[in-house]
Amino acid sequence: MRGFLALLAKELRAFFLSPLVYFLAGVFLILSGYYFYTDLNAFITFGFGESILEHLWQRLFKDIVRLVITVVPLVTMKIYSEEKSLGTIELLYTAPIRDVEILAAKFLACLGVFVLILGTTLAYPALMYAIQPFDFSQLIAVYLGLFLLVSALVAIGVFISSLTDTQLIAAMFTYGAVLLLWNLSWNEAAIPSHWLGMVSQACAFDHFEPFARGVIDVKDVAYFLCLSIFMWFLTMLSMQARQWRGRR
Amino acid sequence: MIKAEGLSKDYGLNRAVDDVSFEVGKGEIVGLLGPNGSGKTTIMRMLTGFFSPTAGRCSVAGLDLERDTLAARQRVGYLPERVALYPDLSVRGYLSFVARVRNVPGPVRGHVNEALERCGLTDVYRKRIGKLSRGYRQRVGIAQAVVHRPDVLILDEPTVGLDPRQIVEIRALIRELAGGVTVLLSTHILPEVSIVCRRVLILDRGRLIAEDTAEGLTEKTAGRNEIRLEIAAPESEACAVLGSCEGVREVEIAERMSGSRLVVIVRARVGSDNKAALAQAVVERGWALHEMTPNLLSLEDLFVDILARAESGGAGSEASG
Repeated sequence: MRGFLALLAKELRAFFLSPLVYFLAGVFLILSGYYFYTDLNAFITFGFGESILEHLWQRLFKDIVRLVITVVPLVTMKIYSEEKSLGTIELLYTAPIRDVEILAAKFLACLGVFVLILGTTLAYPALMYAIQPFDFSQLIAVYLGLFLLVSALVAIGVFISSLTDTQLIAAMFTYGAVLLLWNLSWNEAAIPSHWLGMVSQACAFDHFEPFARGVIDVKDVAYFLCLSIFMWFLTMLSMQARQWRGRR
Repeated sequence: MIKAEGLSKDYGLNRAVDDVSFEVGKGEIVGLLGPNGSGKTTIMRMLTGFFSPTAGRCSVAGLDLERDTLAARQRVGYLPERVALYPDLSVRGYLSFVARVRNVPGPVRGHVNEALERCGLTDVYRKRIGKLSRGYRQRVGIAQAVVHRPDVLILDEPTVGLDPRQIVEIRALIRELAGGVTVLLSTHILPEVSIVCRRVLILDRGRLIAEDTAEGLTEKTAGRNEIRLEIAAPESEACAVLGSCEGVREVEIAERMSGSRLVVIVRARVGSDNKAALAQAVVERGWALHEMTPNLLSLEDLFVDILARAESGGAGSEASG
């Protein structure tokens, strides 16, 4: 447990002492702020007869997920691959700390970065509330969905980082994987009808969409949890691969 | 303190370590000697719990690496071949992190200070590791291995890549640290083991082919009794004159250089010391003696030697001495 906490502290420190996280957070805030302004503007201009708030959050958070997809690979890329290229992974593998504790520390550190970045988006609902108080039960669902989605995407990024010792390769593959998962079923007409059910079940967008509308469904929660657990499992296998690969 | 029984490790179809057994007693300094790719690092990685053996078992401080992995790892300090450092951390920050990850109970400050002092790092503890010289980084690597006060130190090629002065310093440091701690270190440099270690395990292609004391090894390497002479002399006479010296078994002209310079290899019978006689014979003839050096046994020669003896003797391993 002590080893786990020490590693978690080290990972968080590495994030917040490097400028990368601040650049990422800065760009994220500027763009999400821009989306907030333009989405709100669009609804005020064209949204006659619709409940502005309900649709605004739906639209805004889908835009924010687009940003998250860009940022995830940049946060997770180094989490294993840097240790592999520095050789420090050997230090962790020979310390009295379990593989699962190493994974937990690394995963939680990445997730922690996102909790902080996404925490800043609370400013937009707060601003709206100040102007016009509203019922924020929908927002609870949105943020729960966002948290589950980000956990799963981070788990994917952490796994891919554990496969390589080159950060850039990890980032590129993570970006590809995450973007594909989000967009898998965007054009349902392009997918053969007997495949459609399966593809949309696998698509992250289709499972996030209900959260954005304010609906918490067990099967959507289960989807994101299963995806995360499966990725942790694969990461554990990838760490165990040192048994037969003979190298880090 | 360290016990390996029938250790084997396969990487796919490739057997990296094959049925290696040995024991290291408390307080001993033992060297693992072998060329690159002979399985030294693989053995060390099994002893540190990096991965588990395909067959056989090993233990440190009485703790089985397979059953009590975490407890065993805690008793071991390990310096990997590629020193595992975070270049962005300060020396102190790094050692504190390692101490915590290695489960040092209570505040780690005392442990860190002790490691800084023992490894001569008190002047640089604030510096970023990335800014340190190669020699200092090696010291930080060693400090990292001792910071949790382990019973067993495992050092993989601790002097590789250092300049001669740093090599001397690091060797001295290892000898200093060794008091009370059991040390297993690997090297592919033959003289290094006899300088630092008391006992040597010799590996070749994953097999333990010999075990010897440092003195025994020195004797073996010196016992070859080959002397290389560079002289200016007529070829025909040189062979006859040197060959007639006492104790000489064989004379060979190894190289003919410009002028009448020759490089001659003189092989003497075991136990005879005839350097003075050879020098005198050359000088008496009025030839110029440019150079005279004993030909030390290289690691490769030693291997050929040991393997040849093992084959002719029929025994798998060589007795010590």
